[in-house]
Amino acid sequence: MQLNARYPQLFTWPALVLYTAFFILPSLGGIVYAFTDWSSYSDEVNFVGLKNFRKLFSVDENYFAYFWNTFIFTGVTIVLKTVFGLALALLLDKGVKSFVNFYRALIYVPVVLPMLVVGLIFRSILHPSHGLLNVTLRAVGLDVLTQHWLTDPHLALFSVMVIDTWKGVGYIMVILLAGLQTIPKEYYEAAEVDGAGALARFRFITLPMLMPAIMVVTVLNVLYGLRVFDIVYATTNGGPGYASEVAQTGIFKAFSEGQYGLGTALSSVLFVILLFVGYGVIRLLERPPARV
Amino acid sequence: MAVVKSKKVTFAAGHLAAIFASLITLTPVYLVCVNALKSEAESAAMGPGLPSELHLENFVIVIEKGKLVTSFFNSVLYAGVSAALATLFAALAAFVLSRHRSRLNRAIYFFLIMGIALPINFFTLTKIMQLTHLINTKPGIIILYATLQIPFAIFLIYGFVESIPRELDDAATIDGCGPFQTFFRVIMPLLTPVLVTTFILSFLNTWNDFIMPLYYLNSSENWPMTLAVYNFFGQYKQSWNLVSADILLTIVPVLIVYLAGQRFILSGMTSGAVKG
Repeated sequence: MQLNARYPQLFTWPALVLYTAFFILPSLGGIVYAFTDWSSYSDEVNFVGLKNFRKLFSVDENYFAYFWNTFIFTGVTIVLKTVFGLALALLLDKGVKSFVNFYRALIYVPVVLPMLVVGLIFRSILHPSHGLLNVTLRAVGLDVLTQHWLTDPHLALFSVMVIDTWKGVGYIMVILLAGLQTIPKEYYEAAEVDGAGALARFRFITLPMLMPAIMVVTVLNVLYGLRVFDIVYATTNGGPGYASEVAQTGIFKAFSEGQYGLGTALSSVLFVILLFVGYGVIRLLERPPARV
Repeated sequence: MAVVKSKKVTFAAGHLAAIFASLITLTPVYLVCVNALKSEAESAAMGPGLPSELHLENFVIVIEKGKLVTSFFNSVLYAGVSAALATLFAALAAFVLSRHRSRLNRAIYFFLIMGIALPINFFTLTKIMQLTHLINTKPGIIILYATLQIPFAIFLIYGFVESIPRELDDAATIDGCGPFQTFFRVIMPLLTPVLVTTFILSFLNTWNDFIMPLYYLNSSENWPMTLAVYNFFGQYKQSWNLVSADILLTIVPVLIVYLAGQRFILSGMTSGAVKG
């Protein structure tokens, strides 16, 4: 029987139509509009060439900082989440013999909480005068460490990254733990017989065997970091000033201000970056099929 | 003997560390729980202490003032229907794309799962929402949410379809099933675990999202719980007891879904990730 008849193309249409109409079409159309002065102030839309892009990359504007912050955010959260996620995964895999699933379930809880809610709670915890963190620091005599966590321009982005790590580390841990659990115990036993210490076993067995999982969490974190919006919006909303502004909060601001042309240009730059990153990532995720 | 003892010590230290990590992840949830029951003055610092007296009326106040009943049903509607649509459409597509790997179908699969990486262009999407008269409507937001979940859903289900023997399709055809019957009667029941996973993950994603309503729903009657909470916070910034009660009511459904569907969530998160 013909494959086409048995597996009709019709089945792919609902997904394809929705995805094309509401996802791809806006993105491609956006690239066209990025070269216009489209705004909420006027019904007219005129072609203005590279004006929006010149503005985005001009040194007099802050937009460059938006992208810079986005890259900083992405890079730092990758390191934080992977390091803490790996430490927690190793702890649950090697450090405890029982209750593994119990701990895993608890540490995963922040992942399922709404980002907006997490942002609100941390706004309270990090409040300079009566937030739990500073109150606790003062209570144990560490007044010097108290900070204006979310309102100090030098600290705001850092605080947001730490909150984001708290929220996302459980996800990374779960993937790395699953990776660790696939490493055959015999490898460790054999290495131990050969006299390899704990560090050597980690360096020469765990890390290489875990590399595929580490790759996966890294690409997930890259995709997440470059598109981050929720947590920044819910904690600092890009402030103070532009200190913690990222690409997506800039896009939202342009949207609220009615600067559609400029916003679309910003969005299109992000689109192109993610198109390239995404291509590599999908190639990685889409492994060659086991059979055809 | 000494070795056994040192191992025991290691595990005790391990448990301590794991308990410590769990405490850190749970502290904010705990803070919300205790402060939701306090008076306004007592909750001002959002402290970890237990309430001196229980203020259960906080919940009644937020349910009324925070429009929580409407927004709860909005959230259930958006998350439930969009997750069901996304799961169904993704399953249909993944089944065909995985079974019949023509050049065209491989390209379509690749095209679809690129959506996992790409950002949305909110500006031009607004235009499309206006053209289709879907802006500021419930069906509109449901369609958007379904669309957003489709790429990852296809990715999850595609891998799973491979594990179902093709011989079943043959048998179904011999028994006189057309493609629809084969899919709905034979394949879909076998896909149940991955479909449940996809549904739960989509449901949670939509439940927790607030970006789409921020852009595409201007009337507060249509707001989901997340946006209602945020708006409530804007009005009652000084009343952390009420804000906490509101937050608690918003995350309880999420936590229930999480506890009930934990097995499926974890399998979904790790499949695809670790099989390589």
